[in-house]
Amino acid sequence: MNHVSHAAATPIIVIHDLVKQFGRFAALRGVSAEFVSGRLYAIVGENGAGKTTLLRSLAGLTRPTRGTISMLGTTDLRSVCRQVGYMAHPSLLYDEMAGMENLRYFARLYGIQDDERCAATITAVGLDPALTRPVGQYSQGMRQRMSLARAMIHDPRILLLDEPFSNVDAHSARQMTHLLKQLRDAGKTIFVVTHQASQLEHAADEFVQMEAGLITRRTRELMMAETP
Amino acid sequence: MSAITNVARASLSKDLRLEWRSKDAINSMLFFALLVVVIFSFSFDPTAEESRRIAGGLVWVAFLFAAVVALNQTWARELRNQVLDAYRVSPAPANALFLAKAFGNFIFVIVLETFMTPLFIVFYNLRALGPAYQLLIVSALGTWALVVNGTFFAAMSLRTRSREIMLPLLLFPISIPALLATVEATTAILTGDFSAKFWIVLLAAYNVVFTTACLLLFDTVLNAE
Repeated sequence: MNHVSHAAATPIIVIHDLVKQFGRFAALRGVSAEFVSGRLYAIVGENGAGKTTLLRSLAGLTRPTRGTISMLGTTDLRSVCRQVGYMAHPSLLYDEMAGMENLRYFARLYGIQDDERCAATITAVGLDPALTRPVGQYSQGMRQRMSLARAMIHDPRILLLDEPFSNVDAHSARQMTHLLKQLRDAGKTIFVVTHQASQLEHAADEFVQMEAGLITRRTRELMMAETP
Repeated sequence: MSAITNVARASLSKDLRLEWRSKDAINSMLFFALLVVVIFSFSFDPTAEESRRIAGGLVWVAFLFAAVVALNQTWARELRNQVLDAYRVSPAPANALFLAKAFGNFIFVIVLETFMTPLFIVFYNLRALGPAYQLLIVSALGTWALVVNGTFFAAMSLRTRSREIMLPLLLFPISIPALLATVEATTAILTGDFSAKFWIVLLAAYNVVFTTACLLLFDTVLNAE
């Protein structure tokens, strides 16, 4: 078994005994893990395994019932939110506005006034910044890429991506994977929650298997992760 | 402070742009208020003197009900595609979003009032016997009282299952002092029987208290699970 060891690297994220309960249902049941920087982690597992809850907890959108998350040396996730980009399963975009208009607005939330940067980010995900039609009229693949652009607009060190390949055609998925590899090579730490782990077979540094609210396995190879 | 201003300005301009394109809030508010004017004008046939006495209540109740329509829609927009989460993960201050929404709703309701006031004047044969300029002050203060609490409670009822019902249930009881002050001040100005100053001061004090409370509590509301 090709288990992963990070003895030498300093962890960028440390999760300790993370528990999240929704009423009587425990979405996370004591997750403890360390993640080092500059790697692409694919978080895999069945529906209800706790993948999205883990990602939302890392993004600071869900408060843990118990346990701690330390990110970039602090447990105050709000203080490091500029270093984190979050892409959810829904697009987190205004359907009635064009891509550039959306990105311009979200850039302002990070204090970025630079339209050229917005245009460059849209171009980086393979879209045309001059496109004037509203995002609601984009194809699913275009919307996912636009959503990725929104998550990347402030150049975060950590990217949290929830199902970026969902309903995306094979060509767009390959393009997105290539972009993620580039970002990882540029030093970003990327977490991808996905049901299509095969998309990341040659890109992910590690596959993190989740089951019933726990991380059950961390491997370098997809097959081992997919078949516990 | 400049971060709040910049984000509030960006959010306000985004909301105005979205409303300009969809016209969801304005259209439904106008339609609703128009119905109230027409139905009441057919139901009653008051003399000019009677009109002056009842118009304050009639006008503000129509604006209150119509505003609720807009208040629900401004936050509903943020729920589609869970856009609010994008705001929550950003370093943008919660108060900036609240101020943008409150100012946006204020503009929408003022636009509604601008369209509806001439109709009220015509249908109810209104003419102010008191200082008419005070109507502008009452209108601004009354509208702000309505939208500041409305924006807050609309955000609070955002995650509830029946938010359309929840908003009036939360908003109307807390708006009673403001509504009373606004109606009394309007009636005072229209009839010229007594001074509206006390009610205007009460309205201003109400606005200061509730705007401060909303600003202090909005972060908790925005990040509630």
